[in-house]
Amino acid sequence: MQAIVCIKQVPDTTEVKIDPERGTLIREGVPSIVNPFDTYAIEEALRWKEKLGGKVTVISMGPPQAMSALKEAVAMGADEAILLSDPAFAGADTWATAYTLAAAIRKIGSFDLIFCGRQAIDGDTGQVGPGVATQLQINQLTYVCKIAKLDLEQKKIEVERLVEEGKEVVQSTLPCLITVVKDINQPRYPTILGIRRAQKIQIPTWTSKDLEVDPKLIGLNGSPTRVVKIETPPARQGKCQIMQAESVEQQAELLAEKLIAEKIIV
Amino acid sequence: MALLEIKRDACTGCGLCLQVCPFGALALDAENIITVNEACTGCGACVPECPTGALSLPEVEKKESSDLGAYQGVWVWVEQYNGKASPISWEMIGEGRRLAARRGTILTACVLGHEAEPIAREAIAYGADRVFLVDDPTLKVYRTDPYARCLVELVKKYKPEIFLLGASTRGRDLAGAVATYLYTGLTADCTGLEIEEGSNLLLQIRPAFGGNIMATIKCENYRPQMATVRHHVFEMPVPDPGRQGQIIKEKPVLLEEQIATRVLDLIVEKNEVNIADAKIIVSGGRGLKGPEGFTIIHELADVLGGAVGASRAAVDAGWISYAHQVGQTGRTVRPDLYIACGISGAIQHQAGMRTSKIIVAINKDPEAPIFQIADYGIVGDLFTVVPALTRALKKKLNK
Repeated sequence: MQAIVCIKQVPDTTEVKIDPERGTLIREGVPSIVNPFDTYAIEEALRWKEKLGGKVTVISMGPPQAMSALKEAVAMGADEAILLSDPAFAGADTWATAYTLAAAIRKIGSFDLIFCGRQAIDGDTGQVGPGVATQLQINQLTYVCKIAKLDLEQKKIEVERLVEEGKEVVQSTLPCLITVVKDINQPRYPTILGIRRAQKIQIPTWTSKDLEVDPKLIGLNGSPTRVVKIETPPARQGKCQIMQAESVEQQAELLAEKLIAEKIIV
Repeated sequence: MALLEIKRDACTGCGLCLQVCPFGALALDAENIITVNEACTGCGACVPECPTGALSLPEVEKKESSDLGAYQGVWVWVEQYNGKASPISWEMIGEGRRLAARRGTILTACVLGHEAEPIAREAIAYGADRVFLVDDPTLKVYRTDPYARCLVELVKKYKPEIFLLGASTRGRDLAGAVATYLYTGLTADCTGLEIEEGSNLLLQIRPAFGGNIMATIKCENYRPQMATVRHHVFEMPVPDPGRQGQIIKEKPVLLEEQIATRVLDLIVEKNEVNIADAKIIVSGGRGLKGPEGFTIIHELADVLGGAVGASRAAVDAGWISYAHQVGQTGRTVRPDLYIACGISGAIQHQAGMRTSKIIVAINKDPEAPIFQIADYGIVGDLFTVVPALTRALKKKLNK
């Protein structure tokens, strides 16, 4: 199985602070991590490689420091990694990001499956996976919580997708792109051997010159959307009213009355 | 239609391109000239292989700003499952109405499905002026390819200025594909939409960084301006069955044999409630101490007619399935009432529920961060508080 995993290095959003005066994100000192959903994508690719043989290649578009995210993937067991980094890629929205990733995947060549996380925890868009699939004109299966069958000979895949109503069982053909949810597996920790390999591995960096891309379609230039304003959301109004009473029963009665008075219970 | 363009007089019939086509879409005809069939996906693998440059793909259209005026009207995709429209679609129809009025234009609904004409009529009752109805067995159950191709063709034909889709799993899946095909801007999971004074552009407001910031996004030079919209953000309009509107029937783009994906089944968990759509959610966390703890959560949810949610801690411990997880790595919910029981309220959990209308916290730790965002709280042992609340509500609601 030739698998390609697209990952993103993200700031750990639990550590993101806001500059109260300027209302901007303070990103200095915030640890960078592999997007948590992408670790499930890496794990799933590795598990299927262990079953079926083949190779797992991990790619990431980002600044030079995103190299450390790729090394983490190698430490987990990925065979190869490629960094897409070029000032010309900067400012890419989901369209331009998908366009660039797709160009890199074309350059890598043949593949059976592309694995992506459901979304990145910084942007939370979930649009890049479908974007890459559409750019490559392959099928997409999003929100996958289980790969039930994978048949490389027959070029068939059967998955369960986590949709609002339950789990949808879907069959499709290879090559295809899947985006995975957290439920799919439990990502492994890097092994000592993996960490050693990650220290030694030379990860190539591809720039726009290495890819067949139209300079008008990458980075900020190629991005249809523009962020025009960033602000911190207003704090929640709700000053918490704590139910005070002599007994739990009375506290509960008091709360029940308040909730009924809010006219939200029918 | 295959995207590939073939210059017949340049083709020498060498057959190099045949070997590289991943889809078996190419063949030599009787005159030993290459032909392309419907299996062609426009991947372009063959183009550089051709020594005589006989193969090409159309250039991606770069829109001139003068074209933008040709795009008019507000569109909403009406999501349906099993012949029933999802409520988020009507919320968007309500919001779309308001935006259409601001732009002095009409509101169009796109209904894709099978035997979906009742949904088209419903869309008019909720506020659509016009409905594009694509009614075909291939569209009965949502699948990316046939749905995306249909919407892409409709957009190309009728050129809307604004196109809204729900930020559901299907809506996000679909919007990502459609916007990529069209090369236009798409903003995910908006919680606010406005028309900018002067420019008349759509201002798309959305949370990012786990809800730590709100970003306003514009799409100036591309059309339509596309956005997916979070559920329960906009008011549900009141339908008017007497409302008049136009239903225009359109044809699907793909035949069944051109669609690679089959939906085989839907596995529904016993007592599964869709937390994304629920008006009331009772959630349990680490404080429940075990899977049995969810019994009292279920009892309270039943009295309220609500759904059961959970924190990541409870899901990771295996007490309840992931489908119930609320928060950054689970689902984002926006119910009228969210009752957090034994949930401390870590920022990742808050990212998934902080925009709920009323938040109630039940926790034994008065310092738990959940109380900072809650409207009402009880500090106490949830194993006595939750059953007491269930009893009190049962009594007061005469259940």
